[in-house]
Amino acid sequence: MKNLTKRFERQSVLDRINLQIHDKEFIGLLGPSGSGKTTLLRILAGLELADAGAVEIAGRDSRTLSLEERRIGFVFQHYALFNHMTVFQNVAFGLQVKPRHARKSPAEIARRVRELLGLVQLKMFEDRFPAQLSGGQRQRVALARMLAIEPKVLLLDEPFGALDAKVRVELRRSLREIHDSAGLTTVFVTHDQEEALDLADRVAIMNRGVIEQVGTPLEVYEAPKSPFVFDFLGHTNSFDCVVRGGKAYVGDNELPLDKTIRDGPAVAFVRPHDVLLTRADDRQGSTGTRLPGTALVRFISALGQRAITELLYERRLIEVEMTRQSLQELKLRVGSKCTISLRHARIYARQEAEEQTRVAERAAVRPRKRRRLRDHLPTLR
Amino acid sequence: MSESRGARAVFIAIATVFFLFFLLLPLLVVFVEALREGVSQYWAAISEPDTLAAIRLTLLTAIVVVPINTLFGIAAAWAVTKFNFVGKNLLITLIDVPFSVSPVIGGMLFVLLFGLPGLLGPWLAAQDIKIIFAVPGVIIATLFVTLPFVARELIPLMQKQGSDQEEAALMLGASGLQTFLRITLPNIKWGLLYGVLLCNGRAIGEFGAVAVVSGHIMGLTNTMPLHVEVLYNDFNFVASFAVASLLVMMAFATLVLKTALEARAAWKLPALP
Repeated sequence: MKNLTKRFERQSVLDRINLQIHDKEFIGLLGPSGSGKTTLLRILAGLELADAGAVEIAGRDSRTLSLEERRIGFVFQHYALFNHMTVFQNVAFGLQVKPRHARKSPAEIARRVRELLGLVQLKMFEDRFPAQLSGGQRQRVALARMLAIEPKVLLLDEPFGALDAKVRVELRRSLREIHDSAGLTTVFVTHDQEEALDLADRVAIMNRGVIEQVGTPLEVYEAPKSPFVFDFLGHTNSFDCVVRGGKAYVGDNELPLDKTIRDGPAVAFVRPHDVLLTRADDRQGSTGTRLPGTALVRFISALGQRAITELLYERRLIEVEMTRQSLQELKLRVGSKCTISLRHARIYARQEAEEQTRVAERAAVRPRKRRRLRDHLPTLR
Repeated sequence: MSESRGARAVFIAIATVFFLFFLLLPLLVVFVEALREGVSQYWAAISEPDTLAAIRLTLLTAIVVVPINTLFGIAAAWAVTKFNFVGKNLLITLIDVPFSVSPVIGGMLFVLLFGLPGLLGPWLAAQDIKIIFAVPGVIIATLFVTLPFVARELIPLMQKQGSDQEEAALMLGASGLQTFLRITLPNIKWGLLYGVLLCNGRAIGEFGAVAVVSGHIMGLTNTMPLHVEVLYNDFNFVASFAVASLLVMMAFATLVLKTALEARAAWKLPALP
């Protein structure tokens, strides 16, 4: 892709997108709704035309390639199965509509369809109609239907969006297996960072029509280039700090800086598992940068091995994640006071952080909101 | 139910009275009047040459009009729901014009357009083409009046279905024609048939617009509804009601067909969750 731009009614949906996708790569386009990721995917598929820029496949402008040459398989968000056809007919469709000279015999088509249905474990269901299938089964029909035309490139729009959590994880694995065994190049769109980080070789994080960062899941998670990326990839605690003479400070204590930032007000973004707690009466201190003052424990949730503690610190809610064992050793309960230390903090200029994230909104103490699943993202290390 | 017995009885009574007096009774009257002087008179009235000509003209009109408006309806619904273009809303509004304009006005428009004093009249007369007070006029007026039925039936249906399935078919390598025949058409077939039936019913029964352009020439430009009026005005009640009874039976056949289609559609397509 080169300088891809797409506008809808004078509003720029995609702005000079550049992304190189390698052969046999598994790429996740990750972003909040409205970030342009689906539009980008549709342009890749040729379902939509870019206003400027071009999509090149192996050095050739995709607009000059026929559908046959492009060999792109597309799986729609809601699968777009043909409701009036059985599962078998759905999968056979792509083989039956081929021009006569390229079409296989009905017996061969049937053999191929059954083979694909076996691959997605739907052999028993070939005579069912889509309306008689569960969400996961429909998704597998959509996959088999698309694999029938032997694509080289797989494009998936929110492939797991409409499925419940357990089915998602199972299908994720099987999709990855299909990708690997068929030697495909896959691009999928998702707003679920856990899904993207878990599945993809590389992730492209999109925001407001631009790609903010491209990298392996580990790279983007460990070294987010912008406050947006940091905030989007997991739960974010923010602390006010200040940059003076090229060094960042909270109170009198210095936070390590990994890049140069202009002097002025700044924000330190820290993941829940990088916030360390010590009891207020414990003078020992811990690793990391200690913050002045104390925080008040407001809520504790311990499920399984992980414990989430929510604290109030300088009128902000801070979420801390640790093992249940460490929590027990600290003997914290609701109402206890403790001190906070930070490690792996990422510092961003305050203005930049406020523009890209909802840091200001988070500053106000609000009633506890319902936890999102992604807040419990297992750490990648 | 929370309504009292009394209230329920009143509502049922009102509905029943309405049904009897405004639907059933008038229909019965048609048949009673038509058969007042016996079956042989009824038969004689129907097989009268002018009546046969009216039946032929009505059927001819339906046979020409319904396919044309079906094609137009599909094309318009397809264009409106699958593509974005300038003037789309204008087109949707224009499709409804025949519904919102009185049919008599519709007929007038064509007289003003094709009639002798009209816009194209002198030119048509020079070419010796007769439209007004001739069969083409009847067909054109009917085309106008029945234009919205198929499109109106299909547009909401196709809007609801979106174009995901068509796009999927294209991505699987289907051509535009294959996509239309194998994906779009099967998805809209029940709505399409319903629209065609409605269109057909109106094409057979249209009075106002046709009355203006036809000129009531017996045996030439008289359709069945017009013929009913002519016969009635001649105090030929038996014949008038006999032709009317034919129209009623055609309408009944349409309704029965429509109900059968709906039942079949409900049975055939399992509801989507």
